[in-house]
Amino acid sequence: MNDLLTGIETAFHLILAVDPQVFDIAIRTLQITFSSVLISTIIAIPLGSAITFREFPGKKTLISLIQTLYALPTVIVGLLCYMLLSRSGPLGDLKWLFTPNGMIFGQTILIIPIMAGLTIAALQAIDPIITDTIKSLGATRLQFLKSHLKEARFAIMAAIIVGFSRAISEVGTAIMIGGNIKGHTRVLTTAISLQTSMGNFNLSLALGIILLAIALIINLGMGFVQNR
Amino acid sequence: MIKIEQIKKEFEGKEVLTGVSETIQKGEIFAIIGPSGQGKTTLLRILNLLETPSSGQILVDGERIRDATNSSHFRRRMGMVFQSPVAFRDSVYNNIALGLRYRGFSKEEIHEKVTQKLKEIGLSGYEKRKATTLSGGEKQRVSLARVMITGPDILILDEPTANLDPVSTEVIETLIQHYNKKLGTTVILSTHDLMQGQRLASRVAVMMDGRFIQSGSVFDVFTRPCSAEVAKFIGVGNILKGSVARNEWGMAVIRVHGVDIHAIGELPVGSVVNIAIRPEEIMLHTGADLNTSARNIINGTIESVRPFGIISLINVVSGELALSVQVTWQSIRELDLKSGVPVTLSFKAPAVHIMPDECPHENI
Repeated sequence: MNDLLTGIETAFHLILAVDPQVFDIAIRTLQITFSSVLISTIIAIPLGSAITFREFPGKKTLISLIQTLYALPTVIVGLLCYMLLSRSGPLGDLKWLFTPNGMIFGQTILIIPIMAGLTIAALQAIDPIITDTIKSLGATRLQFLKSHLKEARFAIMAAIIVGFSRAISEVGTAIMIGGNIKGHTRVLTTAISLQTSMGNFNLSLALGIILLAIALIINLGMGFVQNR
Repeated sequence: MIKIEQIKKEFEGKEVLTGVSETIQKGEIFAIIGPSGQGKTTLLRILNLLETPSSGQILVDGERIRDATNSSHFRRRMGMVFQSPVAFRDSVYNNIALGLRYRGFSKEEIHEKVTQKLKEIGLSGYEKRKATTLSGGEKQRVSLARVMITGPDILILDEPTANLDPVSTEVIETLIQHYNKKLGTTVILSTHDLMQGQRLASRVAVMMDGRFIQSGSVFDVFTRPCSAEVAKFIGVGNILKGSVARNEWGMAVIRVHGVDIHAIGELPVGSVVNIAIRPEEIMLHTGADLNTSARNIINGTIESVRPFGIISLINVVSGELALSVQVTWQSIRELDLKSGVPVTLSFKAPAVHIMPDECPHENI
């Protein structure tokens, strides 16, 4: 109990004092997470839309596979990305291993299935009569898609929030691809992991509270946008 | 002009439409009536290019609507309002403006047209309201406005008032008539509300077993049903089976449960026929003072009185023959009509409509 209180006190001290190291880690965390969420959104929403509105053999199996990937362990993604990005791997020439770009790559792979799957669920939940009305009004393909995404905007926003939450809180990929290099690839989760292994529970707890606070602020912000 | 040619549609091996053919003239209100599950909605969806027929074709002004090159052009010439009112999760203004945005209208044009349409449907001031919070009747008015704002030549309505209260139904019907008369929009509507079919339509088609088994003017269909099945559906209370006993003076005398009924026309003696007599065509008399020129006069006794609002249906039996008669609530009170009272029924020979078991194919 004492450790917990001390941890909270330390967290407030670090936040209020604008500790440069903590600030640097927090900013990097946000940069990497936002980048991966942005890239995933650009890929997952059109992908989810295409899967929803196109008929092809194996569609149901593909949707089941995407849903299965929701539970993809971060260390598996980390391992896969490590093999892809390592010098001898197929993407070795990018030289992204132990870089923020590599971490963005890993997190993107991790959250695309979640965001695509939830986009599919959101679009499939639209009343078929809405689809009929859109078609009946003479929408072009692009207008058809835009109207559906607008109609499902709250559920799609939720998909983005879930993707963001998964990305900001994951540690397996970040540590395996990023390597937790101080001032370069260290993010809040990897810093917590390191400080805990070093026995600095107060600092770990403080960083955890900062992580939660960031997630809370972002979620509240997105929720505000949703309710407008 | 819309020409429907032998449209068939199968769903998972089940034939829902079995060959629908009809010609609908420009500017008319054409009502499709029929029991539920007979394919009315499927046909309307095919007309609106939401479904593909298994075979057959639809031509509008001589052009096939499903040709890849012009299907989007035809879709934009039509508009469809569905049975369930459709409201997008957006403002009433944006709901109505949707079709105009698809067509690339400017903001100013959209504003002008939406304002005008809101006025027409009686929802001025509702611009910013969320459409999902409107009542069913209001939502259906928005649905109609969303379609009509695009200026379609053909308005397709699939049971547009099935879920609405009588007041909202009247508002929607008035709007439909307004658009038909003012803009000359061809209206094709399905309904199982027979009164609505009669109120709105210039022509009616009866859909049963996936095809039109009878079509014609409202008067023809509702007074000359082509089969006992159609007569039953359109609410002809007295559908009887009898055999032709003889022909006299250009009239067939049909024996029904031992009672001779005169009908216009000559038929082969001994042939079995169905006859329909509308309850409102039968006069009911009490006492000996019978002043009528009607050919058919039947004595009987009241078996039951069934009230239907201000009108009641009185069931009269004469031996094994039972006939329903429509009488006002006031007459029932004045004449003290109740079970067991002896009465005389009279109806003219033209009121007796002779029908075959099945509609002849000429009606299709």
